Amino acid sequence: MPSLGSDMEAGTLLEWRIAPGDAVSRGDVVAVVDTFKGAIDVEIFETGVVEEILVPVGEKVPVGTPLARLRVEGEPAAAPVAAAPAAPVPAAAAVAPPAAVPAPGGRLRASPAARQRAAAAGIDLATLRGSGPQGALTLADVERAIAVRPAARAMAPAERLAGMRQAIAAAMLRSKREIPHYYLGTTLDMARALAWLEEENARRPVTGRLLAGVLLLKAVALALRQAPELNGHWLDGGFRPGSGIHVGTAIALRGGGLVAPALHAADAATPDQLMAELRQLVQRARAGSLRSSELADATITVTSLGEQGVDTVYGIIHPPQVALVGFGRIAERPWVVDGRVVARPLLQATLSADHRASDGHRGARFLALVESLLQEPETL
Amino acid sequence: MSTVTTTYREAIREAIREALRRDPRVFLMGEDVGAYGGCFAVSKGLLDEFGPERIRDTPLSESAFVGAGIGAALGGMRPIVEIMTVNFSLLALDQILNNAATLLHMSGGQFNVPLVIRMTTGGGRQLAAQHSHSLEGWYAHIPGLRVLAPATLEDARGMLWSALEDPDPVLIFEHALLYNQAGTLPADAGAVDIRRARVRRPGRDVSLITYGGSLPKTLEAAGRLAAEGIDAEVIDLRSLRPLDDATILASVAATRRAVIVDEGWRSGSLAAEISARIMENAFYELDAPVARVCSAEVPMPYARHLEQAALPQADTVIRVARGLVRGDG
Repeated sequence: MPSLGSDMEAGTLLEWRIAPGDAVSRGDVVAVVDTFKGAIDVEIFETGVVEEILVPVGEKVPVGTPLARLRVEGEPAAAPVAAAPAAPVPAAAAVAPPAAVPAPGGRLRASPAARQRAAAAGIDLATLRGSGPQGALTLADVERAIAVRPAARAMAPAERLAGMRQAIAAAMLRSKREIPHYYLGTTLDMARALAWLEEENARRPVTGRLLAGVLLLKAVALALRQAPELNGHWLDGGFRPGSGIHVGTAIALRGGGLVAPALHAADAATPDQLMAELRQLVQRARAGSLRSSELADATITVTSLGEQGVDTVYGIIHPPQVALVGFGRIAERPWVVDGRVVARPLLQATLSADHRASDGHRGARFLALVESLLQEPETL
Repeated sequence: MSTVTTTYREAIREAIREALRRDPRVFLMGEDVGAYGGCFAVSKGLLDEFGPERIRDTPLSESAFVGAGIGAALGGMRPIVEIMTVNFSLLALDQILNNAATLLHMSGGQFNVPLVIRMTTGGGRQLAAQHSHSLEGWYAHIPGLRVLAPATLEDARGMLWSALEDPDPVLIFEHALLYNQAGTLPADAGAVDIRRARVRRPGRDVSLITYGGSLPKTLEAAGRLAAEGIDAEVIDLRSLRPLDDATILASVAATRRAVIVDEGWRSGSLAAEISARIMENAFYELDAPVARVCSAEVPMPYARHLEQAALPQADTVIRVARGLVRGDG
């Protein structure tokens, strides 16, 4: 059971997308797991052949529990390798010990149709009684077993919300208890960025228009290239730089709660790509159908609360990340340029950072970099 | 729609009559088809109606008159050759296999053989081991032939014309026990499709796959199985070569169990071929091993009780089907 964020303790297996014997490659969606963040598509991080399904549909298991056994490429058939697709966050420890393989004694009598159905549904044939010729298990026996077992149902919205509240509480408590935050803030002059955006959008069809938020995300991602100590995780008493710049984007959910799924390799994406990905991510987050890597991979979080009318965000870091960037609203305000007071669209950017991983000096340079990048929007 | 009361025998006679009227190239030949009216009385009256040029009695030499039929077909005629029983057809096997089935290929597509051979097959009439076997499965082994097995009045009436329209040799197997089968047909009954199998009785629990003389027994078995709550589907193959895999596999995929009822001997039988195709193409749909009900592997006995014991019977089909569905056969 992958950890889909440090705030997750257990998940319910909703659906298997694989069966023993299937070949899978890294990135394939192998299962759907229900968490308070929605029904999450679980991706696998290895390439190989599925040997055995270990957790049946409908079961709730703690993070780190092996879900299936996988034979990775080049490995002899018998070697048991646990391949709970483990996230690279704390539960990376979820690469579990080999499951005990029952010694094959008398061979189970089961029809081909029954075996296939049972494998797909994650039913253990050994627990059933057969009604077919010579006591063989038939499809009907498996169907009956599926019908009577506890339904693998997704959580009800209220249940999900309560779970999410609990998880946010735990994560934020941990953050405030463990992370020595420092906070920096700066005012960004958004005049150039907005002018460029207006010009750019005037040329585009409505559906292809960019939002200012995308420029902010891109600027943060690019600035992080120069500030690696803000991009990564604090794990086991030490800082681990992120394997890429995966910007978690806080998305408020209808009905309450929030998730911050990752925009992978955001520094390498064009604003258009980021816009498209963001739009998709928001849709899927609200539909409760995110992928496991999106929930597990974020190396920093950006939260924008300007739409709510706030000027400044004083963020709490989402552990085990080490930084959070907050953006307020863009508003016209008096601003001094070349000795004269002029009206300019201004934006408060803040950085909450983990003092264990970085110092204020580095944080300040990062914010300055964000600002200077936004002064050359065409280069983003 | 007006209907006529008829028999399997009369339906075939009507089909021959229609073919003789529609196409001047068609003629019938075989042992005793003329003056005697056919060994099973199929061609009774046709000599008077069409004359000895088109209803031709032949010497007792299957090899000679089947060979003559092949020659006539090559020469542009549309012969219908009647062989008394499939056992006797072995005398003409050389002509059928080495000439009729191969000439198109060996001539590089230049010479096709538009020949139709009708013959009787099957046991159940106490005609003993030289007149009672079901060897159609052997012919279904041969590329270059189309092999048909009409099991209903409609097919008895309709398959002949479709066979005559085929540019290549077609063998039609008429089960001896079917000739007296009576029923009604539409007055305008005519040619039927000869490519597809038919679901003669839809069902959910088990597919009973059969053809020819075993169809009535299998339908009887399905009716009795229904009384004990087993809903059997009955497939009539109709064409033994080529086999209609799609219909067979669709049925098995739905019922997940198959019993093949084939009057041929089990070893190397048509039933074996069908079973293999189900394994090859529908293995993961199966809920039980494919089962076969075939004739006992003995020369067909003369004594009535022994002959009945050697042939597939409805009771056997019921027992086997019950075993697959409920495991208590």
